[in-house]
Amino acid sequence: MNEPRMVEVRRNVLKQNDVIARALREQFRAAGVFVVSLVSSPGSGKTMFLEKTLTQLQPRYRVAALVGDLATENDAVRLARSKAPVKQITTGTLCHLEAAMVQNALQEWDLNQLDFLFIENVGNLVCPSSYDLGENLRLVLMSVTEGEDKPLKYPTIFNSADVAIVTKNELATAVEFDWQTARASIESVRPGMQIFRLSAKTGEGMEEYLDFLTQRLNEPRTVAHT
Amino acid sequence: MHELSIAMGIVDAALEEASKRGVRVSAVHLRLGDLSGVVKDALLFSYDVACQNTALAGSRLVIEEVPVVVFCPRCRQEKTLKSLKSFTCPECGMPTMDVRRGKELEVFALEIEDDVEAQRALSESGVQP
Repeated sequence: MNEPRMVEVRRNVLKQNDVIARALREQFRAAGVFVVSLVSSPGSGKTMFLEKTLTQLQPRYRVAALVGDLATENDAVRLARSKAPVKQITTGTLCHLEAAMVQNALQEWDLNQLDFLFIENVGNLVCPSSYDLGENLRLVLMSVTEGEDKPLKYPTIFNSADVAIVTKNELATAVEFDWQTARASIESVRPGMQIFRLSAKTGEGMEEYLDFLTQRLNEPRTVAHT
Repeated sequence: MHELSIAMGIVDAALEEASKRGVRVSAVHLRLGDLSGVVKDALLFSYDVACQNTALAGSRLVIEEVPVVVFCPRCRQEKTLKSLKSFTCPECGMPTMDVRRGKELEVFALEIEDDVEAQRALSESGVQP
């Protein structure tokens, strides 16, 4: 038998996802909708946070949400209480959302009628980091009950996100949450990252974060992820 | 664990390139960045599963890991990160988010069996081997 020969091919494995994500980003830009995705571990308070975000933005802005979940539609039911249009993407056994799922889910919606679209990823701090969804801003959530070193355990997802949200601040004292250490962990894996510390339950810190979002909505749109 | 779907993506890409060239692939060479979010061992395991019942069955996946390289604005040089836990220049300690390498997830080469290609080329040109 002959010696094996090498041929160079250079194929990005996620090219298909990236192509769809780019098309989505362009579609979002053309429709003037600002798209925010949320990633976190299960139980970080993502759904409560999103419910409050939708409710509080709604008097002034047109908002909608897509939510990824492995099996149930519980999150969509909870979010529907905000009266915003909500659509569930049930991923089955898949641990993350991909751009094609977002594209599919959006088919019946007129994006021109929206100011903000939120995409809640499946609760998972590993897999979603590899997939661009065409979002303008990626938020990573960690609750005060998860431990200050969460960013150091999952540096890739924190590094891939634009903003960190520290949730459930109403429990900070009870769990002796060390804010300085948490902030240093985030800063270490993602220097210069914007951080909001808040409680969706009591409303503490929500206003500052919502102001930040609305400010971003009004800025000229740049490409957040490459 | 999303390595199986990544492995299937690798197999699809390799099969497409192989059929374009009409060659048999014995190994797929992949560049895997430390910031790609993909775990090497899980990917190696998933690859064998993804290859089953395809023309790639029995082929190997060879992974070249790519460390994260950042640009340090103070040293004005590219530097290799010591750890994903700290996005700082390993020389001067300056924090940096200017990532130059380490996100790769790329099939960069195929190891092919030459004789098959030669035979195909010959048969296409109408000459019997």
